[in-house]
Amino acid sequence: MSIPLITILGRMTIAFLAATGSVTAFAFHAVRQAVQPPYYRRQILSQILEIGYYSLPVVGLTAIFTGMVLALQSYTGFARFSAESAIPNVVVVSLTRELGPVLASLMVAGRVGASIAAEIGTMRVTEQIDALTTLSTDPFKYLVAPRLIAGVVTLPILVLLSDIIGVLGGYLVGVYKLDFNDTAYLRNTIDFLQFMDVFSGLVKAAVFGFLITLMGCYHGYTSKGGAQGVGMATTNAVVSASILIFTFNYFLTEAFFSR
Amino acid sequence: MASPKISLRGVTKSFGAKKVLQGIDLDVAPAESVVVIGGSGSGKSVLLKCILGLMQPDEGSIKVDGEETVDLSERGRQRVMRKFGMLFQGGALFDSLQVWENVAFGPIQSDGMAPAEARQVAIAKLAAVGLGPEIGVLRPSELSGGMQKRVALARAIAREPEIIFFDEPTTGLDPIMADVINELIVKSVNDLGATAVSITHDMASARKIGHRIAMLYDGKLIWQGPVSDIERSGNDHVDQFIHGRAEGPIQMQVRKL
Ligand SMILES: Nc1ncnc2c1ncn2[C@@H]1O[C@H](COP(=O)(O)OP(=O)(O)OP(=O)(O)O)[C@@H](O)[C@H]1O
Ligand SMILES: [Mg+2]
Repeated sequence: MSIPLITILGRMTIAFLAATGSVTAFAFHAVRQAVQPPYYRRQILSQILEIGYYSLPVVGLTAIFTGMVLALQSYTGFARFSAESAIPNVVVVSLTRELGPVLASLMVAGRVGASIAAEIGTMRVTEQIDALTTLSTDPFKYLVAPRLIAGVVTLPILVLLSDIIGVLGGYLVGVYKLDFNDTAYLRNTIDFLQFMDVFSGLVKAAVFGFLITLMGCYHGYTSKGGAQGVGMATTNAVVSASILIFTFNYFLTEAFFSR
Repeated sequence: MASPKISLRGVTKSFGAKKVLQGIDLDVAPAESVVVIGGSGSGKSVLLKCILGLMQPDEGSIKVDGEETVDLSERGRQRVMRKFGMLFQGGALFDSLQVWENVAFGPIQSDGMAPAEARQVAIAKLAAVGLGPEIGVLRPSELSGGMQKRVALARAIAREPEIIFFDEPTTGLDPIMADVINELIVKSVNDLGATAVSITHDMASARKIGHRIAMLYDGKLIWQGPVSDIERSGNDHVDQFIHGRAEGPIQMQVRKL
């Protein structure tokens, strides 16, 4: 190899820092535009519908199977030392704290992050974003802000629903397959659940919602060069959102629960 | 000349090593219609985008109504944009909106017109470009190329802007419709008193819509003059271009991708 490793690492570091800088600048600008009037209410509502409502089936399916498999897996493990009664609690805490927000957000990143990047990217390469500007409409206000707002608002709602559906999945397996008493299962679920378990998950969801829509908008907005550029923007939006979700998840967990 | 509506001095723009504009000086008087001609890839669209602030010129000054617009703040930019209407070469219609919503976009979103009223305006503008009201409810993707161009034209003039840019308004239209569009442009300039800058390859159209013609070659405006003088410009490049000859001082370069 002719290029020394250190050069490659140096280049990657510089590229990474440059990208971080421009994403941060984009994010600040977008947030500033999102909080200042005018607000495009119709855009915001249609994005809430698009991001929230239409994601329900995929998020719900993910949640129910996750709850079911959690109950089944923890049973096979906990039965070895007769700790089956902890299962409802394990299910609900894993779901609300970690799996609910992370899995729902990953599914939304695949579905919504990609479509945002593709839509805004196409608008960029076909000059529709330039056309917005010539019609005295700020593309950040009209395109980016509504998506960010919808992401931050809808993800917590999706995750709350996914928590409930996930617990239901665990309950079904617990009661109908593992022969738990149904009221005992529910009591065990609720008694040990703390406010912080659910709350931390919802905060995570809001942050992830912001990251997903931000990555979709950023990669779409900065895409260039026709269909190929838009395709690349789509991939980058999903990959970067997924990585950011895992990274931020760790630090948020650390912030909420480590002492 | 009365104080110019648009005034460019020493405008340059490069993409990497490729110099596209290399010192453009141009004045456009109020209610004047200037046609810019020049070879494909010579930078005509880039010139319009620099004036609109969609691209930042590397150097030079661009004044609109005497106000410097290079380095304008966002808010100032939006205020200046209100004076402009732009027909993009590729149409740039919003494909998520219906045709009438495209045309009514400016009136509704930036002038705050009520949707019902804006819809009537949109239908009237569509009629002016030869499209019936039934076209209004279609999506841009359901239209032919020439129809898209006409919708884009209707959108550009819907707000009755002070300054209108037309990037190849008649490309892709049949000769009769092209002449209808030419007349519409002439009418916009004459009736509304709009200032127009148009780009075209169609010399018949240039003669009809322009008061003045400017030729862009090699990054500079090598000739400017009244339309009536175009036949005796005394410039070999202009002669070759308007007569469409392959031989002459302009050599078609095969550009690398
Ligand atoms: N965003 C861009 N990035 C890089 N290069 C660009 C960009 N836009 C235009 N160019 C280059 O600038 C040159 C001028 O482009 P422009 O679109 O202004 O040509 P034009 O005169 O309008 O041609 P045509 O008559 O074919 O529309 C071209 O060589 C093009 O490759
Ligand atoms: Mg062009």
